[in-house]
Amino acid sequence: MNKIGVFVCHCGDNIAGTVDVERVAKEIAKYDGVAHSVDYTFMCSDPGQKMIKSAIQEKKLDGVIVASCSPTMHEGTFRKAAASAGLNPYQCEIANIREQCSWVHSDKEKGTQKAILIIKSMIEKLKMNEPLYPESMPTNKNVLVIGAGIAGIQAALDIAEAGHKVFLVEKKPYIGGHMIQLSVTFPTLDCSQCILTPKMVQIDQDENIELFVNSEVESIDGAVGNFKIKIKRTAQYINPDICTGCGDCVDTCPVLVPDEYEEGLSYRKAVYMSFPQVIPYTYTLDIDSCLGLDPIACGKCKEACKENAINYDLRDEIIEKTAGAVIIATGYDQYPMENIGEYGYGKYPDVVSGLQFERLIFAVGPSGGKMIRPSDGKPVKEIAFIQCAGSRDPERHLSHCSKICCMYTAKQAKMFKTKVPDGQAYIYYIDTRAAGKDYEEFLQKAQSDQRLIYIRGKVSRIYKEKDKMAISAYDTLSSKKIDAKVDMVVLALGLVPSPGTAELAHKYNLSVGTSGFLSEAHPKLRPVESVNLGFFLAGTCLGPKDIPETVAQASGAASKALALLAHDSVEKSPIIVQVDAEKCDGCGRCAEECIFDAITIDKIQNIAVIDEMKCKGCAYCIPECPHGAIEQKNLSDLQIYNMINAILTKDKKTETFEPKIICFLSEIGPYQAADLAGTGRMEYRPNAFIIKVLSISMLNENHILYALKHGADGVLISGSHPGESPYPGACLKAKERIDLIKSKVKNAGLDPNRIRLEWYAGRQAKGLATYVDNFVEYLKMTGPADSANWRSLN
Amino acid sequence: MKSGYFPGCTLKTNAKNFEDSAMQIMEILGQPLEEMANWICCGTVFSMTTDDLMLQLSSIRNLLRAENQGYDELVALCSMCYNTLKRAKEFILNDEENLRKVNDFMYKEESTFKGTTDVVHLLSILKDRITFDEIQKKVTKPLKDLKIGAYYGCLLLRPKELAIDDFEDPSIMEELVDTLGGDGIVFPYRLECCGAYQTIIEKDVTIKRTYEIINSAREAGCEALITSCPLCAFNLDQRQKETSEEFLEFSTMPVFYFTELMALAFGIKWNKDWTKLHYVNPEPFLKKKGLI
Repeated sequence: MNKIGVFVCHCGDNIAGTVDVERVAKEIAKYDGVAHSVDYTFMCSDPGQKMIKSAIQEKKLDGVIVASCSPTMHEGTFRKAAASAGLNPYQCEIANIREQCSWVHSDKEKGTQKAILIIKSMIEKLKMNEPLYPESMPTNKNVLVIGAGIAGIQAALDIAEAGHKVFLVEKKPYIGGHMIQLSVTFPTLDCSQCILTPKMVQIDQDENIELFVNSEVESIDGAVGNFKIKIKRTAQYINPDICTGCGDCVDTCPVLVPDEYEEGLSYRKAVYMSFPQVIPYTYTLDIDSCLGLDPIACGKCKEACKENAINYDLRDEIIEKTAGAVIIATGYDQYPMENIGEYGYGKYPDVVSGLQFERLIFAVGPSGGKMIRPSDGKPVKEIAFIQCAGSRDPERHLSHCSKICCMYTAKQAKMFKTKVPDGQAYIYYIDTRAAGKDYEEFLQKAQSDQRLIYIRGKVSRIYKEKDKMAISAYDTLSSKKIDAKVDMVVLALGLVPSPGTAELAHKYNLSVGTSGFLSEAHPKLRPVESVNLGFFLAGTCLGPKDIPETVAQASGAASKALALLAHDSVEKSPIIVQVDAEKCDGCGRCAEECIFDAITIDKIQNIAVIDEMKCKGCAYCIPECPHGAIEQKNLSDLQIYNMINAILTKDKKTETFEPKIICFLSEIGPYQAADLAGTGRMEYRPNAFIIKVLSISMLNENHILYALKHGADGVLISGSHPGESPYPGACLKAKERIDLIKSKVKNAGLDPNRIRLEWYAGRQAKGLATYVDNFVEYLKMTGPADSANWRSLN
Repeated sequence: MKSGYFPGCTLKTNAKNFEDSAMQIMEILGQPLEEMANWICCGTVFSMTTDDLMLQLSSIRNLLRAENQGYDELVALCSMCYNTLKRAKEFILNDEENLRKVNDFMYKEESTFKGTTDVVHLLSILKDRITFDEIQKKVTKPLKDLKIGAYYGCLLLRPKELAIDDFEDPSIMEELVDTLGGDGIVFPYRLECCGAYQTIIEKDVTIKRTYEIINSAREAGCEALITSCPLCAFNLDQRQKETSEEFLEFSTMPVFYFTELMALAFGIKWNKDWTKLHYVNPEPFLKKKGLI
């Protein structure tokens, strides 16, 4: 590439105020390979873009550098302009001289110098850029929805309505999730079943929806737009088409086990129907509690069935499907009462969970809607509700707020009062949080009720005293210790992700936050997407939330999936890795290490093959390759070295020592932080030069040491915080690698503190700016790095 | 493994019965207690003041001396000695600066403090090392029909890092009572505060605690209490005198050190001198149960 055009933007005064743009354009014009170099007030404006287009055509440019704002702002704009003039869009690069230069420095001379170096290093990168073409594949139009609670139901219905086929997979024998267990919903107090069952029936009747209950997704292979799915369906032994629902089998079954739907408050048989409105409407034979599918063991149900609907010979089956997108709506579970010692480790029957209370007060629940206590069936006159049971207790239990407990406790207390008008309820709380439409009003009403006494204080202990449950608490408003004796205690247990969420996340490369819930691709701006393309998330698998929010999110996930499927083919960023066939010997190390299973080994030709649809470009595999056979497209080793060389060209002798720092910043996290430092005009020293990488996990020893061997005084490597990285596990591995390099450096008698690794999220602009300043300060004190010494390091 | 016994002040005076009985049962169990030399005050209540290391010195000096005497562990009988020594050790070892300062100050000792000696409570030794199965084999006079409540108080369980058992719901002492042939009863107030040193400053607070704790135990069916803390024993036993004066309907309940009951179960003759150290005379109760 030797006909490069450079376009230096003034950005009004934003750049021109601190950088002598005319001088920059003139200096750059002299640089090797540059055929055209101009400056202009606003490059992004229409005349600016026209200027670029006509220069490409008239001067026959083969590459374009726009020296302007951050690529996150206008990279797309300029690449489009270049493409319309006939260049491949990847032959256009942005030199970020606003956020990384003019906005963070005030000395015009130093700013100008730095801008020139930034542009030169981008020119070096551009010189070796190859034209890239995004891969595309036809999209499969089906959608897989995992979990059939309210979130899964809503998402499935929305997608089916748009005309797509939906596979809805549910682990339990019925759909409706936790919502179908609830009595009424806050703040409107409308019956949960009444609003949910119509949707459940719709699921059953919609021709576009194929429902799999008693089923789990075994595997999802392939990539966005083209997933291959295996669903494992547990044998039900009862043919729903023949079953008339007479219930003769239930009467004869001799087994009794706690009923999961009733939260263990009553018993069911081994052959059972969870509740009369169950969808799909059929009996289930639970093989785990059944005495055995052998006429010798029992066989009573088969004998009793007049229609011969029971068939013991059925076996679990694997059903294979294909889909273009996956929506995960696996929901929540309650924090186990068994973990809370101060509340009796779940050993007192009269200390119940919030969900158990829902069943107890439900008109056709295990107590027939009577407010009686589980231990001896005596009526409940005095009741205590304990909020934050297990929540907001980082030392021992969950650190997060479970969000819905304040509201559902207020609801339950109100319902208790309706059932037992002369009863007395005590509600223990730390704070009440009622942010939601009409929520505060609802809560205020509950709090002003004479028979619902709100006590601000955490309960320290529950124990049995005679036939009452005794509660010790400290009232933080009156500063008194309060001892109460009640008939029943309801724990508003915290919410945790449903069991299996961690395995699911691990299997499908979804990231998980500190509290165990799945993480969004971006907590604010991409709330229903996961980091894995084609996987969408909805409902409480992301974190505690109420029904309206869950439904909104489910519809959001559905529309995001539909937007993806609206395209007949899926395109993918071509910035991925490539294998050098001459160097690769097919050892398979990269395939083992790839977090996205994107590499396979061609055993015949002994070479690693990259699945271009699966590869995310994190380039985690590069340092793993013992032969250096993998490179990232348009950021090869040579490109990195040339960029470093351009930055490190010796300037005129200055009187004082000015260290140079090469900063490798991950695109997500630290690079955003650097941009934000610019936007916030957080001035830092002009000694740091940024090289953007997709992920720092692509860096190997050579990349890092090259800089120090060629005149840099320090290297800063920064990725996003390990928990927030879009490439799960990659950051920690990068840390391991860098620690190794540092110890090697130390052993060689060199200063390991010249290599720094730090985590930065996009929001931590100030932190990054201060860190750079401190690093510069350190290097000034320590003096220049002796590159000759570093070069002796192998 | 070389074990040393750390008595502390009370075991030599007001809780002599605790020491005597413990010495005797450990003889029978084949692991006699060997008293460390040159011990001093354990430090009493662990000080939470983080910037005054003088308050930790007494504890650390004991541990240093135990180190120098070649003990791998120090066995405490008194709950407070256990708690204070253990916490002081963790506190000092967790901070290099503190460790350095303390060592600088103790320059007259033979060597510097390294923290190699563990601090353990006798109950842990009984359960984890000797095991309750072995203890059961030595029982010659089972505590038949004795309904005993175990009073834990705070020092064996808090802070949770040094708890000898589940800190919310311990069972070690009840299990011990069951092992001895008695009936270990769980009662609600077994983890409540005994009033601790309020017994000196505000006696009334302690009297009220004693009243509530003993009544709670009685309602749960206990006939007597056991404890491992001389301060709890003082508050729960000696203060029953004032409690009876304050609450006329209050009836007393004997309070034992757990080792006293172990001694009886092992067939050791009850020592009349032990009775003198109890406020509530345990002899009528023990006679009634046929143990003396």
